Amino acid sequence: MVQLALPKNSRVGKGRHYAAPVGAKRVKTFKIYRYDPEGTENPRWDTYDVDVDACGPMLLDVLIHIKNHVDPTLTFRRSCREGVCGSCAMNIGGRNTLACTQGWEDVVGKEIQIAPLPSQPVVKDLVPDLTLFYAQYASIEPWLHTETPEPQTEWKQSETDRAKLDGLYECILCACCSTSCPSYWWNGEKYLGPATLLHAYRWLIDSRDESTGDRLDALEDPFKLYRCHTIMNCAQVCPKGLNPAKAIAEIKKMMVERVA
Amino acid sequence: MAGTSTNFRTPLSRARGLGAAKHGAGHFIAERVSGIALIPLVLWAAFSGPLLAKGDFASASIWLAQPLNAVLAGLLVVVGFFHLRLQIQVVVEDYIYGFVAKTGLLLLNLFVCVLGAALGLFAILKVALLSGAL
Ligand code: SF4
Ligand code: SF4
Ligand code: FES
Repeated sequence: MVQLALPKNSRVGKGRHYAAPVGAKRVKTFKIYRYDPEGTENPRWDTYDVDVDACGPMLLDVLIHIKNHVDPTLTFRRSCREGVCGSCAMNIGGRNTLACTQGWEDVVGKEIQIAPLPSQPVVKDLVPDLTLFYAQYASIEPWLHTETPEPQTEWKQSETDRAKLDGLYECILCACCSTSCPSYWWNGEKYLGPATLLHAYRWLIDSRDESTGDRLDALEDPFKLYRCHTIMNCAQVCPKGLNPAKAIAEIKKMMVERVA
Repeated sequence: MAGTSTNFRTPLSRARGLGAAKHGAGHFIAERVSGIALIPLVLWAAFSGPLLAKGDFASASIWLAQPLNAVLAGLLVVVGFFHLRLQIQVVVEDYIYGFVAKTGLLLLNLFVCVLGAALGLFAILKVALLSGAL
């Protein structure tokens, strides 16, 4: 059955409060989820009053400021700090997005709440365990499948066919979409989720790929594919402006096309 | 949630699970086809219902005995329960996880919908054939 209440050990309690330094002119409050699964304490919300004049414009700048100057125990993931690596995805003000491309000024409300991506196990604080997410991506075999002997040069593709990959290849696998999808919350072990399905479609419509049929076979499943009910959260949150819901609809169309 | 420290299954094995069932497209098509078929049927029913409510039982019986009305009513019941069954199946698959509970509910769904359709058809036939004979 659906679990309606959280188990006792995952109720989020009230945590510590870190006041702003004296003399700070512009102060904003950041309410941040803190949890260490290896410890004995429940998760908690720590609040940080931050002197935003001392920070850069993005939310990631605030997190780095907190880590450097206020609380070195705060844990989060980041690498490129410019929206191309996908590692800083988190839930900011109730919305999954990248901390490095989200301006803190653009988040409405006096207090900005920051939590890890929903529905995934937490490694620590804002770092989710995306093991299954990555394995699901690997399960669709995201590489070119061919049987024709390799050409001397490259596999050729027309400009029109190449254009079909636009809006798909840009995905940075940040998991914002999948972890915002209710179907993925309820059936994450069996439903592949929007990110993986977007990539599945990317290989399905690649004109150079020779196993379209096998790929469709591997997806035709009430859970792997058909748990998508076109709720559209995925397209709403994608920080790269991609539309996984549309890619999924195209896969469903291909499924119909090959039987009808 | 399958534990990460106590469970030695590889992530890829978890992701692949039992593999693809190799069906689902049929359900998807049936949902849409029955949905489209229901549009005119429901419009017809919404139009006819209030007219019937105005008359008495005898006139309603005579109305239902007309071949076109009887056939459309029969189709509405059959297609309606068929569609209902497909939709409830989706809800059960979304929210019910245990194998026994899920299978049980899916069977119940099938039986109740077939029973509903059979009762409806029987009632329509009974009225149609008997009032037709009057
Ligand atoms: S459209 Fe599909 S994949 Fe996207 S959020 Fe909705 S159910 Fe999930
Ligand atoms: S589709 Fe968008 S939200 Fe989803 S993983 Fe790719 S970049 Fe992230
Ligand atoms: S740090 Fe790379 S996407 Fe944000």
